Amino acid sequence: MTVWFVPRDSAARSVGADEVAAALTAQGHSVVRTGSRGMLWMEPLVECLDDDGARIGWRNVRAADVTADGVNASFVGVVEDLDFLARQDRWIFQRVGITDPVDPEDYLAHGGMAGLRTALAMSPAEVVETVVESGLRGRGGAGFPAGIKWRTVAQTPARAHTGDPANAPVHKYICINADEGDSGTFADRMVMEGDPFELLEGMAIAAYAVGADRGIVYLRSEYPDAIATLNQAIEVARANGWLGTAILGSELAFDVEVRVGAGSYVCGEETAMLESIEGRRGMVRVKPPLPAIEGLFGTPTVINNVLTMASVPSILARGAAAYAALGTEKSQGTQVFQLAGNIAQGGIVECAFGISARELVFDFGAGTRSGRPVRAVQIGGPLGAYLPADKLDVAMGYETLAEAGGMIGHGGLVVFDDTVDMAAQARFAMEFCAEESCGKCTPCRIGSVRGVEVIDRIRQGEDAEANGELLRDLCELMTDGSLCAMGGLTPMPVLSALDNFPEDFAPSTGRG
Amino acid sequence: MTITSPAFAAWSLEEARVIIAPIANEPGPVLLCLQAVQERFGYVPADAVQLIAETCNVSRADVHGVLTFYADLRTTPPPPVPVRLCAAEACQAVGGRELKREWEARCSQSPDLAEATGGDEPVFCLGNCALAPAATVGGALMGRATAAALESRVRSILGETS
Repeated sequence: MTVWFVPRDSAARSVGADEVAAALTAQGHSVVRTGSRGMLWMEPLVECLDDDGARIGWRNVRAADVTADGVNASFVGVVEDLDFLARQDRWIFQRVGITDPVDPEDYLAHGGMAGLRTALAMSPAEVVETVVESGLRGRGGAGFPAGIKWRTVAQTPARAHTGDPANAPVHKYICINADEGDSGTFADRMVMEGDPFELLEGMAIAAYAVGADRGIVYLRSEYPDAIATLNQAIEVARANGWLGTAILGSELAFDVEVRVGAGSYVCGEETAMLESIEGRRGMVRVKPPLPAIEGLFGTPTVINNVLTMASVPSILARGAAAYAALGTEKSQGTQVFQLAGNIAQGGIVECAFGISARELVFDFGAGTRSGRPVRAVQIGGPLGAYLPADKLDVAMGYETLAEAGGMIGHGGLVVFDDTVDMAAQARFAMEFCAEESCGKCTPCRIGSVRGVEVIDRIRQGEDAEANGELLRDLCELMTDGSLCAMGGLTPMPVLSALDNFPEDFAPSTGRG
Repeated sequence: MTITSPAFAAWSLEEARVIIAPIANEPGPVLLCLQAVQERFGYVPADAVQLIAETCNVSRADVHGVLTFYADLRTTPPPPVPVRLCAAEACQAVGGRELKREWEARCSQSPDLAEATGGDEPVFCLGNCALAPAATVGGALMGRATAAALESRVRSILGETS
């Protein structure tokens, strides 16, 4: 009997993977549900083993294509040999799409727990220095060196919760920011649905390194499958001694719980996230104190993005030097790029930093899905810049994109064809900020509302020059005066649209 | 795959008290209590605000503040088959705005559809950005959504449950 591999990733399910799995089962086939390979335009991509033990696949399979002999759909051959996959260097996504995400045996058979075992054989301080040496920087967008953050938490004594009596137990926390709200990004989701043990292993390594006893994953409510899979993985991890007390037979005691978000973009900002976990409105905190010193419930807290933490097990297992050798001088290791929007081949590309946006959009992504010319690519989420098609040779890295007037953000690229109205996109950036602002600081709360109004006046041709100046002035104020990245970076998509596509703001062109 | 709209219990103060009792001892319990009430009853009625305030020993204003901050939390019962369309950039790039207009046109033509789905509730990103436009129908994610596919999914769920 052939074993069939069918993704349980929510993107694959959104185009019929469950129906295909059910049809295979009904025909008497055995089915293993895996994560997705990240070639999302091929979903549902169904695989089985050939005579040599290689995984071969069929793409865009429908339930009606399933027969007693197999599937009648477009055959893609050996999946790992497909150009899109063969050209990647997968560290974080090494198992995603291959293994059953909640099967501990499968995890171990594919290199799982090697990182934690390596870490436990070192001193906690050596683990921290390994992460420092790897050059790993925050993948949530800010790009702060992860190891330096860990070092601060390691050197800060554990503390009781704020308001607890003096003799109350002391804690340090590992907090994972899984509030992946940026449009065009879905890598955190795919890791949590496709290889949740990797995230938990990374958290356990961090806990050992800094002396933390508690872990929290703040996961957005828009990801119900990720919530279910991660919760299931936590149960399995506890049963296997990967969480709880005496982890892998050591003295490490650490446990993880999932906290679900409630539909607020700004809660992806780390201090707003802490407020939300503490049960309050997601209002941004003033820094200092840094969360590494006074974070969740007043305790020293490591806050890392999912991709940052999921990088850690491989760094320990394969060595900091091997990781640091990848990428560029200041952006080391691999980044998980996410190709989205109007793209023919959308999905996950994990490779070393330094690849150009053009290679990602055209070589991997094969241009637009509509077949029309690419006009703009928004890199780094709703707060990232819109780059025109002739500026896509920029190398993907923290500093290189900043020099090009953009930011790498969480690694998402949203492609637009030549039908896009860039003034409408600029307006949306302000509208989104007005909708999602926490309201604590005036530049963000009021500035975004005024921004929508000014863009409307420009589009209507009302004193366009003076209002254009006003918009730039407002953007400068929001950039300089906002408390966090929400208001501080909203001007980036607005000004990049204005600078790169001024013709769209002229009412006479009729684009608006 | 069977898609069923989530079944919610009728509001009961007694049951709510039982649900939030164990949560109230957690650190930072207010949001957890609100989420637990909504998960059971589909929304957070005014009586629940009073109850949570008393149980967590905070003011009603504190609870109200949290309740009104988060887009997920609602103060009225949800429609039988909620439809949510993604309003963010990746979906805009492949006709998200047009899909919203078409869907609203269908809802205005068919009052039963509007009533069953509550029209649509916008959401910023469902994490299905490579298979945009994305939507959820009764909580289930749909990729490369069209107005026709949305309507047919809604009607099939209504057919199953009626």
